[in-house]
Amino acid sequence: MYEGVVQDLIDELGRLPGIGPKGAQRIAFYLLEADPVDVKRLAHVLVEVKDKVRFCSVCGNVAEDEQCRICRDPRRDLQVLCVVEESKDVVAIERTREFRGRYHVLGGAISPIEGIGPEQLRVRELMQRLADGVVIEVILATDPNLEGEATATYLTRLLKPLGLRVTRLASGLPVGGDLEYADEVTLGRAFEGRRSVDD
Amino acid sequence: MSLYRDEAIVLRTQKLGEADRIVTVLSHRHGRVRAVARGVRRTTSRFGARLEPFSHVDLQLAEGRSLHVVTQVESLSTWGSSSGRPLGSVIGGDYRAYTAGTAMLEAADRLAGEDFEPAVQQYLLLVGGLRVLAAGEREPSLVLDAFLLRSLSVAGYAPSFDDCARCGEPGPHRSFSPPMGGMTCSACRPPGSASPRPETVALLSALLTGDWTTATASDERTRREGAGLVAAYLQWHLERGLRSLTHVDR
Ligand SMILES: [Zn+2]
Ligand SMILES: [Zn+2]
Repeated sequence: MYEGVVQDLIDELGRLPGIGPKGAQRIAFYLLEADPVDVKRLAHVLVEVKDKVRFCSVCGNVAEDEQCRICRDPRRDLQVLCVVEESKDVVAIERTREFRGRYHVLGGAISPIEGIGPEQLRVRELMQRLADGVVIEVILATDPNLEGEATATYLTRLLKPLGLRVTRLASGLPVGGDLEYADEVTLGRAFEGRRSVDD
Repeated sequence: MSLYRDEAIVLRTQKLGEADRIVTVLSHRHGRVRAVARGVRRTTSRFGARLEPFSHVDLQLAEGRSLHVVTQVESLSTWGSSSGRPLGSVIGGDYRAYTAGTAMLEAADRLAGEDFEPAVQQYLLLVGGLRVLAAGEREPSLVLDAFLLRSLSVAGYAPSFDDCARCGEPGPHRSFSPPMGGMTCSACRPPGSASPRPETVALLSALLTGDWTTATASDERTRREGAGLVAAYLQWHLERGLRSLTHVDR
């Protein structure tokens, strides 16, 4: 235990995701020794991000205005909607430049053990968005893990009766790897998601 | 550092640092074990996909100072699924099975006793329950309630659905009281006891003993009332209820 404010800083840092007690201590002492100007700048951005950034009223992505940049862009395809868990997934998909539609950010995945069911996610907002019939295809791009899979299963059951085309991102083998090194779960999923090569 | 092997079901996983996970498993011979799986969140990891909740695995672990460390993982037979897929993806692909199964994993975690305390019966019960769930032939919520009643029994909280739970007077009786341990006669009945319908008591008794003919013949209303009683019984004995129980898609 350290005295007063130093311990407070370690405690606060330790509450951040991915930072354990040792990491918190290391960052705290780095900050103590850092240039005051650098630390002030960090503190300023932290305050500013909470003041300025909010969530897009349409898709739930982080935005600096009422709507995010993607929802405001008139060139985006309104008929295709890609459902993701978090804003960082939007960033990852945007990097591919493959997708020209719009997004819907759920705010997580269904995980009953963490107390997260469909009601805790932006599922109702998704259904409201789809009500006007403009969207004809929904791409489910949840994470390729158990919670992501279960969330996609739940949404498929909800969306199919609406007569939409519902697709799921193929999950498969990392490019650049050797087939023989793939684990059986990933390889099994890749088989399920195989596609025809003659078209 | 000494190494040991065991087969296990993965109950839950938590992120640790940048790329690691802490996995909690219920193992055949070592009870509940918490271990660090290093680097499994990287896409190049060969372990990651094998260490999802519901996975049935053969593990090699190294004893560490605080947490044990996973050094090898092999997927075990893809039982219960006709298509030969691993259990996690079969259950994850059926939303009702997923929500029921998650409550089973949480219950197993809570009822297994202390870490490293052997819980062979709990382990076998969980393996059997998940196998039935993955086969998809039985109603997931009934599989869950049957599992919860038996898991409570193995943990020493066997409910009585026939003889009076307090004095042993032969049943059938009318009142249900979790603190008393099940059905009670009118003399032992504490105030505020529930008075379930006889069909519901018959269903719970069938689920506890594995009489699937009676259980499958039950109607929707009976199942709901039964599920409510199981939840009340579980909550009493666990002090704090299961988080995932409220999200079960019945
Ligand atoms: Zn938006
Ligand atoms: Zn009695």
